[in-house]
Amino acid sequence: MSERRTRHDLRISFIVNGEERRVEAPPMKRLLDVLREDLHLTGTKEGCGEGECGSCSVRMNGELVNSCLVPVLQAEGAAIETVEGLGKAGKLHPIQEAFLACGGAQCGICTPGMLMATAQLLAINPHPTIGEIREGLAGNLCRCTGFKRIFDSVAAAVCEMDSRTGGAHAG
Amino acid sequence: MRGNAEAHELIAPGSLDGVLELLASAPGEWTPIAGGTEIMVAYAAGRLREKKLVSLWGLSELRFIECSGDSIAIGAGVTFRDLRAHAGVESGAPLLANAATWIGSIANQSRATIGGNLVNGSPAADSSPALLVYDAEVELISVRGRRRIPYSSFHTGYKRNAMAPDELLFAVHVPLRFAQHKQYLRKVGTRRAMAISKVALAGTALLKAGVVSEIRLAAASLAAFPTRLYRAEAALQGRPLIAATIREAQEKLTAEVVPIDDIRSTAAYRSRVAANLLDEFLRELLPAEARR
Repeated sequence: MSERRTRHDLRISFIVNGEERRVEAPPMKRLLDVLREDLHLTGTKEGCGEGECGSCSVRMNGELVNSCLVPVLQAEGAAIETVEGLGKAGKLHPIQEAFLACGGAQCGICTPGMLMATAQLLAINPHPTIGEIREGLAGNLCRCTGFKRIFDSVAAAVCEMDSRTGGAHAG
Repeated sequence: MRGNAEAHELIAPGSLDGVLELLASAPGEWTPIAGGTEIMVAYAAGRLREKKLVSLWGLSELRFIECSGDSIAIGAGVTFRDLRAHAGVESGAPLLANAATWIGSIANQSRATIGGNLVNGSPAADSSPALLVYDAEVELISVRGRRRIPYSSFHTGYKRNAMAPDELLFAVHVPLRFAQHKQYLRKVGTRRAMAISKVALAGTALLKAGVVSEIRLAAASLAAFPTRLYRAEAALQGRPLIAATIREAQEKLTAEVVPIDDIRSTAAYRSRVAANLLDEFLRELLPAEARR
């Protein structure tokens, strides 16, 4: 087991949106900043910077995390999914389409986090109740649209994903 | 002021032994960091004093839940998401499983660990009241060996605990002998999601023929650290559970707690609500016709 001691740049490799990426960064640098500054994936936003607002939500090894609270050292070897990996060029993910159709986004700062929290929720629970939707997104704050349209967007995404898979998708 | 990544050292020895050797080599110099939901907040705000950090994240030796006949052993690196998803915890320690669902958000639960919750030692710690009323023990580990102490003697002051500088919290052991007990846990916060508690109260109790034969009460946010409420318990132990007993227990509780005024609440509100919660729990123990 090699010991990593430097407070200066450390070579980190991980999988981001399915591609292997390598960066050199101080081990305490926040995953959020590595994504935005080193990898130029600026879809992930910083809101509060203290784990309260969920704007910086990404998925790490299949779990939702606040990337502002992850020192990049702890992302070594991890599979990271950001909002950039949700849709494909020219083709939005059904969750994104639902947010667009239902007015689930206004200023857009919270939206990437909302989308990733929704992706996490539907991956483990493809047919959430309204209570489960509220809980799944409870760590994501919106300060302009209001939550009604966001919850409607999640419900619409569930319907859309169901119709595409004949109601049988398993997340 | 923002945190400066270059001002902090962070290393990952990659094994429990590696971490313990590091802690032993320079006792008190290295601060363990698990999921970072506390330390990274301080870091981002530029108020993290600790310069040398050692990562526990990803150590499989600390991330286990084992149910034996008479207890559940929970590794310190178990996240609250692990806890709330575990059937054995749900059935054997339902108050703990319940507390795990209201710690922060999903994104916090996937990173925050039970060990971090206890070692951080917030007076408002969400897992603490449940562990106290289950008579949990904590297992500490260092290169010198392991030892177990009652969780009720783990916290020794505000953000202080019984661990030596070279020790790490290894596991929490939750006895399974409370299945027959009535169990209670309620957190009162500003809102349901993502709010730190103003007051939380937990209880386990056994009644025999209307008499309290066994009772444990514990609270968060009512003292410098989460604590049992021994005087309120004493006012109930061996007594018939009638309105006068409940009132006396409420008075003892109010006299026993030492809440403070802070940004989240006031001492007066905390005392009053704690007494109300005790009343709510005790009335649940009464036969239906005897409730108010």
